[in-house]
Amino acid sequence: MSFPLLTVTAAVPAVGAVVTAALPAATSAATRRTPKTVALAFSAVTLVLAAVMTARFDPGGKRYQLTESYTWIKSFGISFSLGVDGIGVVLALLTAVLVPLVMLASWGDADPEDPHSFEGRRRTQGFFALILAVEAMVLVSFLSTDVFLFYVFFEAMLIPMYFLIGGFGDRAGGPEAARQRSYAAVKFLLYNLVGGLVMLAAVIGLYMLTARAHLGSGGGGTFDLATITNAVSSGKLSYAPAAEKALFLGFFFAFAVKAPLWPLHTWLPNAMGESTAGTAVLITAVVDKVGTFAMLRFCLGLFPDASRYFAPAILVLSVVGIIYGALLAVGQKDIKRLIAYASISHFGFIIMGIFAMTTQGQSGATLYMVNHGISTAALMLVAGFLISRRGSRLIADFGGVQKVAPVLAGTFLVGGLATLSLPGLAPFVSEFLVLVGTFTRYPAIGIVATVGIVLAALYVLVLYQRTMTGPVKESVSKMPDLRVREVAVVAPLIALLLLLGIYPKPVADIVNPAVTATMADVHRTDSKPAHPAADQSWFSYTSLDSHGGEAK
Amino acid sequence: MNALIPVLVAAPLAGAALLLLGGRRLDAFGHWLGVVASTASFVAGAVLFFDMLGRSTADRPVHQHLFSWVPVGGFRADVGFQLDQLSITFVLLITGVGSLIHLYSVGYMAHDERRRRFFGYLNLFLAAMLLLVLADNYLLLYVGWEGVGLASYLLIGFWQHKPSAATAAKKAFLVNRVGDVGLSIAIMLMFTQFGSFAFGPVFGTAHTASEGKLTAIGLMLLLAACGKSAQVPLQSWLGDAMEGPTPVSALIHAATMVTAGVYLITRSAAIFNLAPDAQLVVVCVGAVTLMFGAIVGCAKDDIKKALAGSTMSQIGYMVLAAGLGPIGYAFAIMHLVTHGFFKAGLFLGAGSVMHGMDDEVNMRHYGGLRKYMPVTFVTFGLGYLAIIGFPGLSGFWSKDRIIEAAFAKGGTEGWILGGVALLGAAITAFYMTRVMIMTFFGEKRWQPNAEGHEPHPHESPSVMTLPMVVLAIGSVFAGGLFALNNAFLHWLEPITGHSEGNAPLGSLTISGLTLLCVAVGVAWSWAVYGRQPVPAVAPVGSALTRAARRDLLQDDFNHAVLVRPGEYLTRGLVYGDTKGLDGFVNGLAATIGGLSSRMRRMQNGFVRSYALSMFGGAAVLVATTLLMRSV
Amino acid sequence: MNPVNYLYLSALLFTIGASGVLIRRNAIVLFMCVELMLNAANLALVTFSRLHGNLDGQIIAFFTMVVAAAEVVVGLAIIVSIFRTRHSASVDDTNLMKL
Repeated sequence: MSFPLLTVTAAVPAVGAVVTAALPAATSAATRRTPKTVALAFSAVTLVLAAVMTARFDPGGKRYQLTESYTWIKSFGISFSLGVDGIGVVLALLTAVLVPLVMLASWGDADPEDPHSFEGRRRTQGFFALILAVEAMVLVSFLSTDVFLFYVFFEAMLIPMYFLIGGFGDRAGGPEAARQRSYAAVKFLLYNLVGGLVMLAAVIGLYMLTARAHLGSGGGGTFDLATITNAVSSGKLSYAPAAEKALFLGFFFAFAVKAPLWPLHTWLPNAMGESTAGTAVLITAVVDKVGTFAMLRFCLGLFPDASRYFAPAILVLSVVGIIYGALLAVGQKDIKRLIAYASISHFGFIIMGIFAMTTQGQSGATLYMVNHGISTAALMLVAGFLISRRGSRLIADFGGVQKVAPVLAGTFLVGGLATLSLPGLAPFVSEFLVLVGTFTRYPAIGIVATVGIVLAALYVLVLYQRTMTGPVKESVSKMPDLRVREVAVVAPLIALLLLLGIYPKPVADIVNPAVTATMADVHRTDSKPAHPAADQSWFSYTSLDSHGGEAK
Repeated sequence: MNALIPVLVAAPLAGAALLLLGGRRLDAFGHWLGVVASTASFVAGAVLFFDMLGRSTADRPVHQHLFSWVPVGGFRADVGFQLDQLSITFVLLITGVGSLIHLYSVGYMAHDERRRRFFGYLNLFLAAMLLLVLADNYLLLYVGWEGVGLASYLLIGFWQHKPSAATAAKKAFLVNRVGDVGLSIAIMLMFTQFGSFAFGPVFGTAHTASEGKLTAIGLMLLLAACGKSAQVPLQSWLGDAMEGPTPVSALIHAATMVTAGVYLITRSAAIFNLAPDAQLVVVCVGAVTLMFGAIVGCAKDDIKKALAGSTMSQIGYMVLAAGLGPIGYAFAIMHLVTHGFFKAGLFLGAGSVMHGMDDEVNMRHYGGLRKYMPVTFVTFGLGYLAIIGFPGLSGFWSKDRIIEAAFAKGGTEGWILGGVALLGAAITAFYMTRVMIMTFFGEKRWQPNAEGHEPHPHESPSVMTLPMVVLAIGSVFAGGLFALNNAFLHWLEPITGHSEGNAPLGSLTISGLTLLCVAVGVAWSWAVYGRQPVPAVAPVGSALTRAARRDLLQDDFNHAVLVRPGEYLTRGLVYGDTKGLDGFVNGLAATIGGLSSRMRRMQNGFVRSYALSMFGGAAVLVATTLLMRSV
Repeated sequence: MNPVNYLYLSALLFTIGASGVLIRRNAIVLFMCVELMLNAANLALVTFSRLHGNLDGQIIAFFTMVVAAAEVVVGLAIIVSIFRTRHSASVDDTNLMKL
């Protein structure tokens, strides 16, 4: 048996979480840094492993690669099996890239006010251990090829996230902020638990059907994704239409809460607004991606007919989400809530791309997940630096920052431009692919979604104008510019945005085969152009000349 | 030789990257770095141009494929450059005028502490604009399209501490975004129709698509062009864009970026030629904007805004010509190039005047400046003569041909369009004469500035006057050179095609009419502003004048129709989200909470009452069982 | 004699016991009433045993008696210790564990 790369990749942050949590309480300024350094080291090792995983993944090879499988609960056909396809591998890599940066950005966010108080003594350990725990669980979710295994980690993620949201936030707020924070944490937990509960019922229902079809090795049921998908496409497992729809909705509901899809989104602004900037990035750039990823992998793969049946309705919800999120972002007074609503708009694009069921839409949606992760991280983390300097999240409390902190303003602008999908930066490629992919099948929905492009420009530029330009406000006049550590956080993100905007082909090449396989799962092919150009090559002047003659 | 094509874009891009990331180390010489990057691009363009001249017509267009950009299924976007007669014309205009304006900015921005960044943005603009005209497919063109929008945003808002500048920048970007939506929908339509959006395949297959689809594509392209070229109804941003530094107004908002819409329409000739309805709309947009800009230009007292109105109007001419189809494409581009010379020159002249007058922009506070700024006066004057179409100067050759082409459209349409174009020429003469008289002639109406200093007008340094002189030379001779043996027409014909049309009037008659209109405009303007002293405070004026001062109420219209309802909508939605959607969920939670606290009261702690409910339950169970059995 | 009459007697005794449990507050009386209900059940069991002609019912009655005896031992001990500390045998006064 070869080296269990995937298991080790997911296990490293898990071990890191335990180690970090077990570190003794700090006694001096030097030891106070220990838990951060240890956690950062573990996340860096994870990044290296994820990079190795990506390098060893062969886009032209089998659908699931680097597979491992260990029996877990034999009597129910549950196994601990991991494997990656092109979609999983890029998202796992994204997670591994973002987590160290989030840690670096949150360096001082969990420092206790009073290191000798009961809750202050191990606060730093707790924060960084929780981040590592989230990373481990997200990685397992991205890598798992067993429905039950996925479910367990999809739900387990809520526990560390709950503590991250509820336990750590802006220091300045006082008791009112603490109350808001616990409200946000409970809301996050309840929404996602309800989603998860519905999904659990659907998971059990799916198991019963597989047991009835004797798909498991011993003639019983199974949770193995590839086995079920193959059985569905070969007709060995045929659902009753009503049952398939019910199961689809069960899975989809959980993912739509997590993603979040309009109108299940209201937990996100609270959760992102009240938590630290680092946690907000974890929520929107990493944890929520599990939801959209799972739609692509589980909803489409397991229930192809129901996916096609519900696609138009879901597209309408997603396009409503695009416009709705953008309009609400325009109306926000709070920087972090604004970014949260912008994310809701972007999640609308991702879901639209998935359910447009075209190659462009789904590849675009996958790239969108990656690019949105990077761009939101850039914007949110810089916003976090800004907010921590002023001690306020309200847009009205800023003004003229550009004059006193040009580097901060510049990076904020780049993050904002990425958010509004400026061509040349990565999100443009994915947004355009999603739009084209949707347009080829549903032109009306594609056109309505383009309104989101204009609104994105509006909320980003209004935010930039109100905070960064104009006369310098008294309260920001002494604001320091970005520190070296903060530049080290933002620079890689901006470099990635540029790189993936100018040369996204390597990522697209990894993603494309997986999307082709998913399209085959749902029995969909791209619609052909109405009048295909005979010569698809770059240029042919002869054709132009023949036409020029006609014009004369 | 083809290897030089990427250099055109790469040189200013590298300059921008260096200047923006280089930090304070580059403050001392960064501006010269910017000039060098821009000039390098110009030299490369000139080399490529002469190389192209040396080849036969059929071999002139060259193409260079760089790399595959976004390959997903049937969607294949590549990064590739196409250099043909049309794009090299633009390359030379952009890099030539661009380099001159870089040079001018060295002097103009000498005292600005953020000068290095200014040059970084200028270089970024050049790179994006060159990408726009060199792209071999619409998606790459879109990158350049939004790239110039970004550069324009950064440069309009360059003096960000002024709220008006920041607002103007945001407005320009937003209005352009509306246009960009048109371009993206056009690309999507092309992809669904032809499975491609590269120029070659699209133009080669365009005739197979239905006219309705082509009209839709054409209209979407026109929407994009309206945004970028400040055509009605997306014109409102251009006047505000004058908040930017004057070299920016000259380069971006007069000579190059705002003409991108004309480039787009001309480039897409193969689509527009097959969609007469779309062409008709293009022509109408051009004609309306032509009048709109001219009327606005007559009423503005801010010298830059008057020139902005003029720009809008002149681009209206170009769009009108482009909408005429093969009759007009070449003349649209010709006017675009000559306009690039004289309008850039006029703006640089205006900048020079402002430089000498402590950044005063109100023409009513100028007057009699010709003695104090002789070089500016002469160069500005030559630009003025060129734009009104003084015989022999550049504007005469290019504008005249557009008016002719408008008549040549034939039928009633031809008469209407030709009439509008003639009237436009008269109004152009009127407002430009007004600018000229109010600025350089008459008595001094100088006002002390905010600190109470009297202005001391003086000629600008030679680093600023040199570009003005070069542009003035261009304004004088370029048109004649182009018109010689119809050289420009023959140069572009392989790309745009050409047809003569059937003019109802002779060429000479039209020229005569045009000159007559111009003469009337000049005379009228002199009667109003030259014969009597210009009041230092603007008179109330007629209703039309007041409306024109407010840009014919365009902002009021946008405010009432878009901004206000939008604000109400977002406010309502924010309320609805917290009270409605969220309120629903919170209400659900509160109901469950209330119910459970009700239920809790039943747990009173008395064993007896529990026992009673137990007995009651048991009795009910027994009774039910008995009943069921008896039934 | 018709064995059904024994069942009527059993039901009567059970009802008396149940009403006592519900109405009375004195812990001792409550206890006696519970015993009464148990014995009513015993009587029913024995009667059914006789009716069906097998011994199962009588055996279960023995079990019941043993459990009742054990219950008396524990229950009376608790009541006595409560009476010692609180000088009252009313069940309503014993609410220490109530929320």
